[in-house]
Amino acid sequence: MADATIPHAAPMRRPLAGRVKAAVVLFAIFAALPPVAAALDDPFFVLIGTRILAYAIAAMALDLILGYGAMVSFGHAAYLGFGTYAVAILSSYGVHDIFLQTAAAILVSALFALVTGAISLRTRGVYFIMITLAFGQMAFFFFISLSAYGGDDGYGLAQRSTLLGSDMLENDFALFYATLATLVALFWACHRIVGSRFGRVLTGIRENPTRMEAIGYSPFRFQLAAFVISGCMTSIAGVFLANQAEFVSPAFMSWHRSGELIVMVVLGGIGTLSGAIGGAVAALLLEEALGALTEHWRLWFGLFLVLMVLYSPNGIAGLVKQVANRGRKS
Amino acid sequence: MSSLEIRHLKKSFGALKVTDDVSLDVRSGELHAIIGPNGAGKTTFISQLSGQLASDSGDILLDGQSIMRLSMPKRVHLGLARSFQITQVLPHFTVLENVAVAVQARSGSSFRFFSPVAGDAALNARAMAALGEAGLADRADVQASALSHGEHRRLELAIALATEPRVLLLDEPLAGVGGEDADAFVAGLARLKSRFTMVLIEHDMDAVFRLADRVSVLVYGRIIATGTPEEVRSDPQVRAAYLGEEEEEVA
Ligand SMILES: Nc1ncnc2c1ncn2[C@@H]1O[C@H](COP(=O)(O)OP(=O)(O)OP(=O)(O)O)[C@@H](O)[C@H]1O
Ligand SMILES: [Mg+2]
Repeated sequence: MADATIPHAAPMRRPLAGRVKAAVVLFAIFAALPPVAAALDDPFFVLIGTRILAYAIAAMALDLILGYGAMVSFGHAAYLGFGTYAVAILSSYGVHDIFLQTAAAILVSALFALVTGAISLRTRGVYFIMITLAFGQMAFFFFISLSAYGGDDGYGLAQRSTLLGSDMLENDFALFYATLATLVALFWACHRIVGSRFGRVLTGIRENPTRMEAIGYSPFRFQLAAFVISGCMTSIAGVFLANQAEFVSPAFMSWHRSGELIVMVVLGGIGTLSGAIGGAVAALLLEEALGALTEHWRLWFGLFLVLMVLYSPNGIAGLVKQVANRGRKS
Repeated sequence: MSSLEIRHLKKSFGALKVTDDVSLDVRSGELHAIIGPNGAGKTTFISQLSGQLASDSGDILLDGQSIMRLSMPKRVHLGLARSFQITQVLPHFTVLENVAVAVQARSGSSFRFFSPVAGDAALNARAMAALGEAGLADRADVQASALSHGEHRRLELAIALATEPRVLLLDEPLAGVGGEDADAFVAGLARLKSRFTMVLIEHDMDAVFRLADRVSVLVYGRIIATGTPEEVRSDPQVRAAYLGEEEEEVA
């Protein structure tokens, strides 16, 4: 009846476009890094770059649940650990293929996320944070007790992962580009997830769980699915971290690490995906730069964080957006 | 169309009996209004029907089937929708998205991870239809948090409609809406009347007596009268407990 008189809704304009634009710019800068490093004759740059890319994957995966699902996981470093140890353990049995190692990392992470997520999601707010922290610490202490792989001291890799039978990842440049390609692919995946039916429900639960239940959604299933996806993606970051460092240790999964991932997401701007990538870049570059200047770099980093949170609560993404909007107006 | 039977429903908060042995038949297709003073337990009753609150005892039958043990989402899937007295929207979603996500709950799986939902023409068309019925079609692309109070009330109704209910539970849809806006809203409800079985909680007596087929009066968690608007209006117990009081307030 009313159909005929209804104006058709204009296609929805969401901040999607901005998110993708920012990510494309970041990816282009990353892609240009190795040639620049080569020109400067400083291969160390490329290794640092690979580390940044791996953390960018992890931060972005965390943002998927933290930013879009309002689930503040304080135990996400566990998944970094599963990724790194999947490489170390399989490699010690002669399985070097990066796809098999990644598959193992994802499998273990999916199981761990499924069980710990199902338990953690019975709680809310600060209790959720505490319980994910507790599970993260359990994983941490499990690997500390793993004496066959060095326990506390960690374990050096005999070689990097192989890609389709080739040892090309031994080359730092190749490892860098493989990590970058993975980041791009996972960004695309996250971007699609956020804009999908599933993503809309997840975001709706963040906005108002009561409303979502009253229209027929059980939040738990959606939150748990997102939690598992995020954990699996984070473990992929671990696979690249192990290859970058050619060394694994429980230090990758300590609660400090989980905290750093949260800092990256908040610093970059929660719920933006590209912000988390920028946040990883900013946090790790600051760590390198400040660390070179002073032993007390954490103090200065802390000050920077305080200023950011006070003056740009939407993080780097918020700043960029402001500047872009101003540019458009003038 | 569907009927709702409520049998000996109870709910206490501590020592306070908020729903005190309520039995009620909401007949198929009728608009059944529930009136009662502030704090009578009307919202609590609706929350028990919708499954948001667990009941202490009693039974609720939707078309003869007990739904007591079902969660709120499951009851929604059986066609029981509610609106909230205090507006519950997704503030950072557009108006259209608020409604489209409700349509989505009843159409196809929500475990679809890759295809973009924003351009889903089928969902959007049905959401627009619900918005049209609630008189909010021209605000589809506005962020929900930017709506006026009256528009929020309309959105609340549109969302409930979008779940394709068989029984619609409306908790003071007119709360805080005044003047011409309220008249238009009542006219809108009148148009919906024949299509759903409705339970309407409302303080606005004019609206109640215009819309309702039958009225129940809830006071301190008990139903003290049920009948046609005329019967209820002339019931001495009701006048003493409620309507008289109201008229005194007005006077
Ligand atoms: N979660 C709760 N815990 C304790 N007491 C509650 C709770 N919810 C409601 N009450 C109490 O139950 C009584 C009924 O509340 P309810 O909201 O159902 O009344 P109402 O009829 O909807 O009132 P109004 O007309 O103001 O909307 C009130 O005394 C209220 O204080
Ligand atoms: Mg109420």
